[in-house]
Amino acid sequence: MIKEWLARGVIILGLAMVISIPAANLWQQSQGIVMHARMAETGGWTPENLTIAVGKPLHLRLTSDDVTHGFAVGQLDQPAVDINPGEMSDITLVFSKPGKYTFYCTRWCSVNHWRMRGTIEVTGPIDKAEPAKSPLYVRLGLNIDADHKASLTPLQLPSAWRGALLNQNIPETYKSHDYYLSHTPLDLWLALSSEPVLKKLSDQDVWDLAAWVWQSNTTPEEVQAGKQLFTANCAACHGESGAGNGVFADQLAVGSGNKALNQTMGEQTQCPANFTDALRMLSASPAHLQGKIIRGGMGTGMPSWGAIFTEDQTWALVAYLWTFQFQIEVYP
Amino acid sequence: MTRLQESLWVEEAATKSTLSGSSERYTIPSRVNLYRIPWLRAMLESRWPQFLARAVTLIGFVFTLAAALFGSRVGNHNFAIIMVWIAWWTTLKLGFIPFGGRSWCSICPIPLPGDWLQQGGILDKGSHKNGFNLRWPKSLRGSWLQSGGFLLIGLFSAVTLTDPQVTGWVLLALFALAVGMSLVFEHRAFCSYICPIGGFSGMYAKAAPMEVRVVDKEICANHRDKSCYHACPWGLYPLAMKDSSACGLCMECLRACPKDNLALNLRPYGSDLGGHISSSRLDETFLALTMLGSALAFSAVFVGPWGWLKLSAFEIGSQPWVAYATGFLALNLLFLPALFSLCVWSWKKISQNRLPLKRLVASHAQGLLPLGLMSWIAFTISFALPKLTLVLGVLNDPFGWGWHILNATNTSRSLDVSGFSPLLQVILLMIGIFWSTRVTMKLSKSDGKHNFPSNMPVLVFYLVYSIGMLWLLIG
Repeated sequence: MIKEWLARGVIILGLAMVISIPAANLWQQSQGIVMHARMAETGGWTPENLTIAVGKPLHLRLTSDDVTHGFAVGQLDQPAVDINPGEMSDITLVFSKPGKYTFYCTRWCSVNHWRMRGTIEVTGPIDKAEPAKSPLYVRLGLNIDADHKASLTPLQLPSAWRGALLNQNIPETYKSHDYYLSHTPLDLWLALSSEPVLKKLSDQDVWDLAAWVWQSNTTPEEVQAGKQLFTANCAACHGESGAGNGVFADQLAVGSGNKALNQTMGEQTQCPANFTDALRMLSASPAHLQGKIIRGGMGTGMPSWGAIFTEDQTWALVAYLWTFQFQIEVYP
Repeated sequence: MTRLQESLWVEEAATKSTLSGSSERYTIPSRVNLYRIPWLRAMLESRWPQFLARAVTLIGFVFTLAAALFGSRVGNHNFAIIMVWIAWWTTLKLGFIPFGGRSWCSICPIPLPGDWLQQGGILDKGSHKNGFNLRWPKSLRGSWLQSGGFLLIGLFSAVTLTDPQVTGWVLLALFALAVGMSLVFEHRAFCSYICPIGGFSGMYAKAAPMEVRVVDKEICANHRDKSCYHACPWGLYPLAMKDSSACGLCMECLRACPKDNLALNLRPYGSDLGGHISSSRLDETFLALTMLGSALAFSAVFVGPWGWLKLSAFEIGSQPWVAYATGFLALNLLFLPALFSLCVWSWKKISQNRLPLKRLVASHAQGLLPLGLMSWIAFTISFALPKLTLVLGVLNDPFGWGWHILNATNTSRSLDVSGFSPLLQVILLMIGIFWSTRVTMKLSKSDGKHNFPSNMPVLVFYLVYSIGMLWLLIG
């Protein structure tokens, strides 16, 4: 009888161990936050919304249930953390300003990778109500969805250094940063062409001048930063060459044919924009482009980046986009 | 003690013993009675070593269930997936079956709670106490259900083998079924008639080198009590055992026999094969063919380079999957049985055998067993061996929760078997062909006809099958 009870004891003890240790761990996990990452098609982030008080550390344990993902918080200066399937990553976040932050995936995991987002609500006293500044395109009253086509385009790719070599006296108005932000390259070309001082220049020369003016409004660092952002976030759809032929372009183009039929949200995806198309790009102002980046494409498949990029980052991207139209040096 | 005849090809084992009372009572030609070895006998007679092994497997099984249901959804980082489908499967195919026959059944955790409930105790082997103790319906006897079970596994294998939750639910369902059946039916009904693993383990046990048999039949004839039969949880009567397919090697009969008349024998490979033609059953034939067909299918899906095939096996419910399921079932239910029957029929015509085709097909199935065993070993080498390094990873972090039990850091290296694996598989399948050929020859010899050419059709079947397997595994 003793032997029987001994045997029962062995079994009970063993079972108790293998049940209680994971159970204790599971309980411990529930005390913290374990973020499960999945492709957007199969659930995205779980939990999707977090809350934390300003100044308090937010400990997150992250794991992926399918493929490699990454985690970063928009407009927060914190390096992204990779999340590997079946493994745990740790991150601790501290917020100094209250508000609503967006966290997002930083590893291309599927065509809907950019939809993998969640929010962190940071509570705390707001010192003084800062009125939110509306984006430039709104202040300018631009309709960024309207069709736009340049009436004429250069025969050759305009080059900023050729424009610089021309050594012309360009009126100050055209060189100002405000002018750059709110006017299209075509506007500038038309304006420059009609300047009496520049009358003897050829059409192509004026384009080179316009390219030179455009480049003067950016810095090499800005363009470089823009390039890095483009490669990490945009090239998958728009292509590394900017021609709208990235790896996911085919899947997005599927929706184009059914614009009339599919009125449901998100099924009107279109081919990504072609930044090498002069007709479209030269008739768009930096404000216009920035607006598209911030707001997104309203169901066309273009993500809205306003919550992710800082304003400087969006202008850096715009600065990089011009390199598809003008020969602007991009340093490695 | 008899010296073990080392040759693999000695299959004419004389199981008849010498007269009782003589000093040669315990010597049987070509058998080594392991129960005579003192330390081994002590380990088998005592209930504790076996109990502790069972405790380990049961506790491990419960842990596996926990990991499957609550751990990471990523298959190769989950203890359940790796330990069940890689580690345990490898030890089963490369260890338990080829060396011990149905030996896994001796320590399998799934029927244990049912057994204990039946007995009303854990350690001692009591008589049946709880449950309805009904006889298993005669119409459901045999290994048909087990074949069906294995085919079912094959249809859903792509998902079961990769999704921890599915593995968890399947194991839990089997567990519940085994316990439930123990409370309704007598003996180990689940193990004998439902469990697919038991099905093919038992079948291949006929070729394996371990058996439990009676030593001296005269002693049994004079023994009234039949304590061995009452002790056997499988409901077997050791004296009447024709082959090892139904015996779970639990050693209860050895412990129970008051005359010490039972032996755990080491025997030559294939001892139960090639015997009298009437000793085979159609259900075993079907199971043997199912195992062969499944080995082909699994090799194609899991080890093959065809992404579309893997995808169609994975997306259950989709049209490609229906096509895969149809193909899989057609291979196992139609194509292979038809091909094999055709080969046997050709043999029948050539050798002018008068026996009915059904009986001949059933008996010739014995020749399929060595081939099947070798094919599954070869498949396991391709499929599981390179993944064995994952075992370290899941021992370190079973749930994918970031544990570091073994303090192991880089656990993602893969075992490179590309050097020796193809050669090993060729050797294994060659052994399979030769051994199966040997059995077939023996079968035809026992029928009186000693004609090599007449066996050609069946041998061609073996050859074609082996070439197919080799092409899938290493070609």
